[in-house]
Amino acid sequence: MKILFAVLLVSAPAFAQVDFSGSWAPLYHEDLPDRIPGPELGDYLGLPINDAARLRADSYDADRISVVPEYECRPHSSDYSMRGLANMRVDVIRDPVTQRAIAFHTRMNFQEMERTIWLDSRPHPSEYAPHTLQGFSTGSWEDNMLDIYTTHLKESYLKRNGVPRSDKATFTEHWVRHGNYLTVATVVTDPVFLTEPLVRTQTWVLDPAQVIARDICETVAEVPKAADYVPNHLPGTNPFLHEVADWYGLPYEATRGGAETLYPEYRKKMGKPEHPRDHCERYCSCGAEGQICLSPTAAPPGKRP
Amino acid sequence: MTRTILYASLLAICAAGANSQQQQNFDSVQIHVEPVQHNIYMLVGAGGNTTVQVGSEGVLMVDTQFAPLAPKLMAEIRKLSPGPIRYIINTHMHPDHVGGNAAIAKLAGSDPALPLKIIANENVLNRLTATERGQAPFPEAGLPIDEYGTPTKNLHFNGEAIIIYHEPNAHTDGDSVVLFRGSDVISAGDIFTPDGYPFIDIERGGSVQGEILALNHILQMTVPAKTQEGGTYVIPGHGRICDDADVVEFRDMVVIIRDRVRDMIQKGMTLDQVKAARPTRDYDTEYVTSNSFVTADRFVEAVYKSLSK
Repeated sequence: MKILFAVLLVSAPAFAQVDFSGSWAPLYHEDLPDRIPGPELGDYLGLPINDAARLRADSYDADRISVVPEYECRPHSSDYSMRGLANMRVDVIRDPVTQRAIAFHTRMNFQEMERTIWLDSRPHPSEYAPHTLQGFSTGSWEDNMLDIYTTHLKESYLKRNGVPRSDKATFTEHWVRHGNYLTVATVVTDPVFLTEPLVRTQTWVLDPAQVIARDICETVAEVPKAADYVPNHLPGTNPFLHEVADWYGLPYEATRGGAETLYPEYRKKMGKPEHPRDHCERYCSCGAEGQICLSPTAAPPGKRP
Repeated sequence: MTRTILYASLLAICAAGANSQQQQNFDSVQIHVEPVQHNIYMLVGAGGNTTVQVGSEGVLMVDTQFAPLAPKLMAEIRKLSPGPIRYIINTHMHPDHVGGNAAIAKLAGSDPALPLKIIANENVLNRLTATERGQAPFPEAGLPIDEYGTPTKNLHFNGEAIIIYHEPNAHTDGDSVVLFRGSDVISAGDIFTPDGYPFIDIERGGSVQGEILALNHILQMTVPAKTQEGGTYVIPGHGRICDDADVVEFRDMVVIIRDRVRDMIQKGMTLDQVKAARPTRDYDTEYVTSNSFVTADRFVEAVYKSLSK
């Protein structure tokens, strides 16, 4: 009996209970228009943002990505990259002696994002250490669920339409594997821009045939500009903020976001749209069954002659 | 504790130019040593960050915090190197950056064969020797008498080129940015303070346009590694170790606030009206805390006055 117990101790996986290694492809059945092709300008619905985040997003001018070279090759931050805008490979890093899993290492093809999730209980760096877009992540097991805590993030975005996420934010993730499916729940806490945590979920499917290719990016000054020019909309001058309400037949106030717009009860107090829609014209069912998401050419109803 | 001491000291220099560090209690301040890259370290205590470069030729410091902290700073430096303190470079004249000069010089000792040189832009020396009313004279042993008046000053120390750039009329009129070319590290002084709005010291020659030019110059020198991060590291005047991407965020903030205030000035708004419009309100949650020396109003006022000259 003692021998059996000793054998069990030696062979038991002391660190990793579930193996996430392999190649994973994102599934887009959740939040498809938000992820592929991407969020509409001025769409903050369902985000528990404060007034500071709202104005920061209103001021955002997407020209910044092309005009300011430093943004050209910047990858997503790890809280956003799990939204699945690129395919992912997960490798296990093992201690060469014990063969225990000491970390998961992820690589995504977009901008070659790489991230390490440490499983060996190492401490997070000091408050004075550099921050990175992928942050510093440590994982621990809760039965077969991997709980991940990430700190030391660089400033980035909650959405690609300029809704900010500060470098004081942290996030937790919960990775659960169901056969060939991986569910990732991400909970972002940001004392600077959020009034309550932002929770999002994503699903991945195992895709052994997939290859994560190189994605080499070099910055180049594409547009001549003055050195002190940063594209931005002065407060109250962004002409695009009503488009999402007009396209989708929503009350403008609902698109401004805030914690209450997270919850179903908000539908009861949500007002009526300025331009109600009788049918879908924008990004209708695209992405499903291979349909391509093309930008419509018609103007939003409120802008039509 | 650290922020409280800094706040009190900067308030003092703004109010009367008085050096109040002698009245403050530094007993509980601990010096944190953060490795940066190669042989460069960032020492955090009270006041501005101190950069330390160590090697076979000795020790080079950028900024010295406050005089009472000199023994603690030296104790940590001695853990990094037993070599002589050969250079102190001051990024500007504020007491949380030059306050420890004389005390460090005294603790470093005197060896004619290995003299300690204190370097700063000549405007720093001019201001430190021009005692303001109510202010005690700056200790002579701590004066940067190896001053420079040219756009750049070069050193070669511990096996690498060190280039000191004068950044005119940015945070003050005597700002220096120090590039450690071999280690690929920049010590930026208070031109770059990622944990708060920049203190544009109008009375001592600072301006928002100079601040933006200086930040852009830092960005010219920083080369990020893969995924637009790492590569050149930047030690700010206050706050954590940063890189190119962090400087970009900070520069963008200063430019955007400048744009808003300039637009309001062009519309004929007074300073009080501009303050009331709160043009920084989407940045305040990020750059202002209850202990911040540079409040939103103080920053807006500095930008307004810069643009109104």
